[in-house]
Amino acid sequence: MRFLAGCILHGNSNMAIHCSRTCLQYLIHLAHDNVDFRLPEIRSLLSLRGKSFDPCENFKEKSPFWRLNGLSEEDVNSIMARTVCAKSAFELWGHGRTHSELRTSLLKYPTENMSPFLQKDSTYKINVYTFNKTLEFEDRIKKIDAMEYLSFEGRVNLKNPKHIFCLLEDYGTDPNNIPDEPLYIYFGRWIADGQRELIRSHSVKNRHFIGNTSMDAGLSFIMANHARVKAHDLVYDPFVGTGSLLVACSHFGAYVCGTDIDYNTIHGIGKASRKNQKWRGPDENIRANLRQYGSEKLYVDVLVSDASKPIWRDGMLFDAIITDPPYGIRESTRRTGSQKDSVKPPEDYVGDSHVPVSMAYHLSDIFTDLLNFSAHHLVIGGRLVYWLPIYRPEYCEEMVPLNACLRLVSNCEQTLSSHTSRRLITMEKIKEPEETDALAHLSDPHFSPYQGHNAFREKYFSGISKRTLTGKEETNKMAANGGE
Amino acid sequence: MKLLTHNMLTSHVKGVTKGYPLLIKATEVKVSEVEFNPNFVSRMIPKLEWSALVQAADGLGHLQDLPAELVTDYEKNEEFLRKVHRVLLEVEVLEGCLQCPESGREFPISRGVPNMLLNEDEA
Repeated sequence: MRFLAGCILHGNSNMAIHCSRTCLQYLIHLAHDNVDFRLPEIRSLLSLRGKSFDPCENFKEKSPFWRLNGLSEEDVNSIMARTVCAKSAFELWGHGRTHSELRTSLLKYPTENMSPFLQKDSTYKINVYTFNKTLEFEDRIKKIDAMEYLSFEGRVNLKNPKHIFCLLEDYGTDPNNIPDEPLYIYFGRWIADGQRELIRSHSVKNRHFIGNTSMDAGLSFIMANHARVKAHDLVYDPFVGTGSLLVACSHFGAYVCGTDIDYNTIHGIGKASRKNQKWRGPDENIRANLRQYGSEKLYVDVLVSDASKPIWRDGMLFDAIITDPPYGIRESTRRTGSQKDSVKPPEDYVGDSHVPVSMAYHLSDIFTDLLNFSAHHLVIGGRLVYWLPIYRPEYCEEMVPLNACLRLVSNCEQTLSSHTSRRLITMEKIKEPEETDALAHLSDPHFSPYQGHNAFREKYFSGISKRTLTGKEETNKMAANGGE
Repeated sequence: MKLLTHNMLTSHVKGVTKGYPLLIKATEVKVSEVEFNPNFVSRMIPKLEWSALVQAADGLGHLQDLPAELVTDYEKNEEFLRKVHRVLLEVEVLEGCLQCPESGREFPISRGVPNMLLNEDEA
């Protein structure tokens, strides 16, 4: 009997310790921009760790605070090393709607989880963060002093503490209606900050080589995260332009390549997109952009090519395909092939003497071709991430192109105007193409190219003509900005 | 153009069925040092057409001691991986062209960038 009781006791205490470490909750504090893109980003980064997104009860996607279960500190560090949507992460020790509830919650938190960080010989500091409210210095100090029920045994070191603790007070999201008392309060140990600094350090403003449609840094990193790009991957962009997406992917250690139909952009010659600059300099090309950020060793190649043509041999060549296809607004959609009316090359054309005739590449064909290309050339589990331009008054989910070999992972909207937006579509390859897939469109209309996309350019301009500018003025304005 | 890329490219001239691999006619080749990454090389090897890689490197005079057959258990073989790395990423064709083996059509390479565009009558 005694022997059995001893075993049971021993078993219980092990379980208690095991449960208290894995039942740790982590608090993620998210930035308030690109709100729709945050959950797919965090989910994608979690899946790179083999973990699923497991939020606590009362999860609100729009809130800047998420409490997550089932993660280790390493998981959290990995996510924070990649995310541009999250600002910081904390090991959550207590939370509540009032300071009294917080105190109860903190006193319930297992002391064995706290004590490693409250040691006599270590240093610490406590930060007070208030969201949607400014607090005077004295009030911050008062709140820190009120935490004295926690047994901090170490010394305070404001400059370089070993451990940082944070008291976070949420005063809501309405700047016109700030409550006197916080709506919710959290207390935790700071683990890591996210990578929002990349938005500034990799800003297109400071980049050597840009074009009219270079992707903004924040979104390009979000795209790389949605695509689960990782070190040692090979990533391809079939509408590479000035290589903004390749810059983001190479930052996460992937080898990168791209193609574009525009000879000048690929070679980095012709008219500059910057104000006050007429022609591009010798160091303006995609390779130079990677060199600027120290990732030239990850540059594979860029080629002049038509994305609708099969220049790649059969095989699962790419780990991810990330791209921003032309919408037909600022850069025209083109492909090679015969056409009744030939198109004159632009004035600033300085390339080959023979210019292949461009014909309008119907937007709907771009997406069908892109999905089909991805189905053939992605590795299983590899992702396709691309922007789909949408005319909002007509949008319905059925417009999102599908393919039998790809599953739809996420669809996030970024509004461009009252009547247009673009949606970031993420798809994952689930199987190799089979003979029968080519016939899929006969049974399911989702697999037929939605023809409504073709009229996007007209719909875009028809909306503008309703405002002060006429469609023609806007077209000329766009042309003056350097569109083809 | 690096030999990694060349290994994945094929001729898409209308009517051509045996467009791979493209023949390389180089007038300027450069060899530069690129940081060796054994993980990347290991992951790329299963995706490569090995004989096309050997043929391309040989054609440029940069085969050196790259074996004609893929070695087994290459993941742990650093010496072998380094040889593959050199051929895949360090040898670059700056000027020249890629020629379709069936039709003879040439795709120019200038400043290291191949131009794969076909004319309207060929597409």
